[in-house]
Amino acid sequence: MRKQIHHILAFVMALSMAAFATAQSPAPPSALSVSDTPNDSGKSVDVTWSLSETDIFNPLNADATQMNPELIVSVYRIERMVTDSSSAEAKQEDLQWRQIAEPSAGETSFVDRTVQLGWTYNYRVCAVDNQGEASSWIVSESLVKPTMQIFDMSKAWLAIFMILFGGFVAYFINEARSGKKLWVRKIAGLEAIDEAVGRATEMGRPVLFVAGIQDINEIQTLAGLTVLSRVAKTAAEYGAQIEVPTCRSLVMAAARETVEAAYLAAGAPDSYQPDKIHYLTDEQFAFVAGVTGYMVREEPAACIYMGGFYAESLILAETGNHIGAIQVAGTAMPSQLPFFVASCDYTLIGEEFFAASAYLSDDPLQIGSLKGQDYGKFLSVLILIIGIFFATTASLSGDGDGFGAGARDYIKNNMLGSEGLGSFGGGNTDLEGDDS
Amino acid sequence: MKRTVPLIIAIVAGFVLLIANFIPFAESWGLTAQEWFNILAVGAMVLGGGNLVKLHLMKVSSKRKGWGYSVVTIACFFGTLFFGLLKIGVHPNPLTPDYAWSGYYLENGSTLWWIYEHMVVPLTSMMFAMLAFYVATAAFRAFRAKNTEATLLLVTAGVVLLGRTYAGVWLFEGWLPESMQWLRFDNLTVWIMDIPNTAGTRAITIGIALGVVATSLRILLGVDRSYLGQD
Repeated sequence: MRKQIHHILAFVMALSMAAFATAQSPAPPSALSVSDTPNDSGKSVDVTWSLSETDIFNPLNADATQMNPELIVSVYRIERMVTDSSSAEAKQEDLQWRQIAEPSAGETSFVDRTVQLGWTYNYRVCAVDNQGEASSWIVSESLVKPTMQIFDMSKAWLAIFMILFGGFVAYFINEARSGKKLWVRKIAGLEAIDEAVGRATEMGRPVLFVAGIQDINEIQTLAGLTVLSRVAKTAAEYGAQIEVPTCRSLVMAAARETVEAAYLAAGAPDSYQPDKIHYLTDEQFAFVAGVTGYMVREEPAACIYMGGFYAESLILAETGNHIGAIQVAGTAMPSQLPFFVASCDYTLIGEEFFAASAYLSDDPLQIGSLKGQDYGKFLSVLILIIGIFFATTASLSGDGDGFGAGARDYIKNNMLGSEGLGSFGGGNTDLEGDDS
Repeated sequence: MKRTVPLIIAIVAGFVLLIANFIPFAESWGLTAQEWFNILAVGAMVLGGGNLVKLHLMKVSSKRKGWGYSVVTIACFFGTLFFGLLKIGVHPNPLTPDYAWSGYYLENGSTLWWIYEHMVVPLTSMMFAMLAFYVATAAFRAFRAKNTEATLLLVTAGVVLLGRTYAGVWLFEGWLPESMQWLRFDNLTVWIMDIPNTAGTRAITIGIALGVVATSLRILLGVDRSYLGQD
């Protein structure tokens, strides 16, 4: 009898141990916090939590071999419910806990973009291990109600700079309108355009103009078309033939309008040939193949590239160089500029390219905008110098919380970053390796 | 009228996108403007395709030099259009099996997928690979030590070129004192890329950003209308 009782007790103990073993679950996450996403239209909520103690990415688990593999967190499960029953549009399922996301282990934040403006929500999070076992839930201590902000304060400094810059431009446009003569330095690349077209005319060969491979909604394409206007006008005056292959249909339509107007302005509307402005393909390298094929066959005397270019820039410019054409390029793609500089006779670097339309137009109003641009540049350089000064003094003094460090961090994080007007204070932001 | 209406559209769309950047309420306006543009661009594809076919048909009919290539272009154009529009070899979407054309147009194994994988991708790769040779010829021309600046460029390029390879380490192994390790090409390369190169790139980027804003303002204020065909 006594032996039987021992057996029963042993069996019960084994059962309870097994039950205990199977009931083991991962540690729950902690410090769940929910907040309305700042500077948005009230359609998202930020959810943050601290990693579970059984999350392999938790710094506590530096030695992963010490962890129970069955308890390692696989994902976090996030659930949400609407608590404000006054939300008339809320469905019954919204009023109950409902899973909305399952971010992977190691994640500590989630942005819920499926919320409704003005509704009140509650959130809870648990950790789920590799076996599918879930930890206990951790419920947020506060409710959250997404709201809409009138102005995106993270862009406050950008708005201030734009207003200042716009003010400079408007002021100098006004100055120009009142008859004040504004001086603008010569841009060799633009002066060379007339020379290039003239050379093509003398040689009886066409002028090739490529307005980049971007669509008409890109500012570089628009800047390219303004240069095309001048090139086409000069070509019409000289009687040179102009060829404009395009990579986008809308650019073709716009380029036709531009060239037609230029021929009309030059008093040679009959010389305008719409078929010379034609569409090739949207495919980047197929477009290059088409253009370089034309270059090798027809050997244009002048090749002008003005717009947004990518890897094809060097293929185009080197082919032009190979056929001995005089080449002028302009782009705002910093990575392509070295290729154009190496292969073309003249290159408009970045801002020169954008200044081209104003420069070529001789219109005082546009020249005024260039002057405004220069003052914007002056302002940028001033901020740079101030930033360098404070960064240097903070670095030399070694005081991470002093005025210099505070000023440096304010310029970096608020004026040039996305922290808006914020508050000025000391900081210890690590500048090492930062590329902002 | 021909100029005024596009100008108004450009100004309104420009201001909408500008406002959408700062006012959260108007975020969706910017997206709507972008959707309108996408619809326009798709419509314009017909314009571009039509222009392409027209020009090549004219070339074939007048038997101009190289008209044979135009025949190939037209055949490829219509062939791709046929296989793509009719979704030849595409299976219906499992969710809507009753609709024969409901499958993904570039489904693995379909004819259009085959054309893309076995014709477009290799041809594109071939063009891209040619860049290596163009880089070599351009570098040869750019690095000729004609003057001080070109010599400086040549030396810098040489250091970076060697610093990016094992030669940058191997050349200095064993003989350079510890205090002069910064002279190793791999260390100099990091310095060149991080300091002078980054500084130069940022200067250009700032200029570009200001140029973009100034050009945008000229267009938004209607000062620059040359893109509409008017000086």
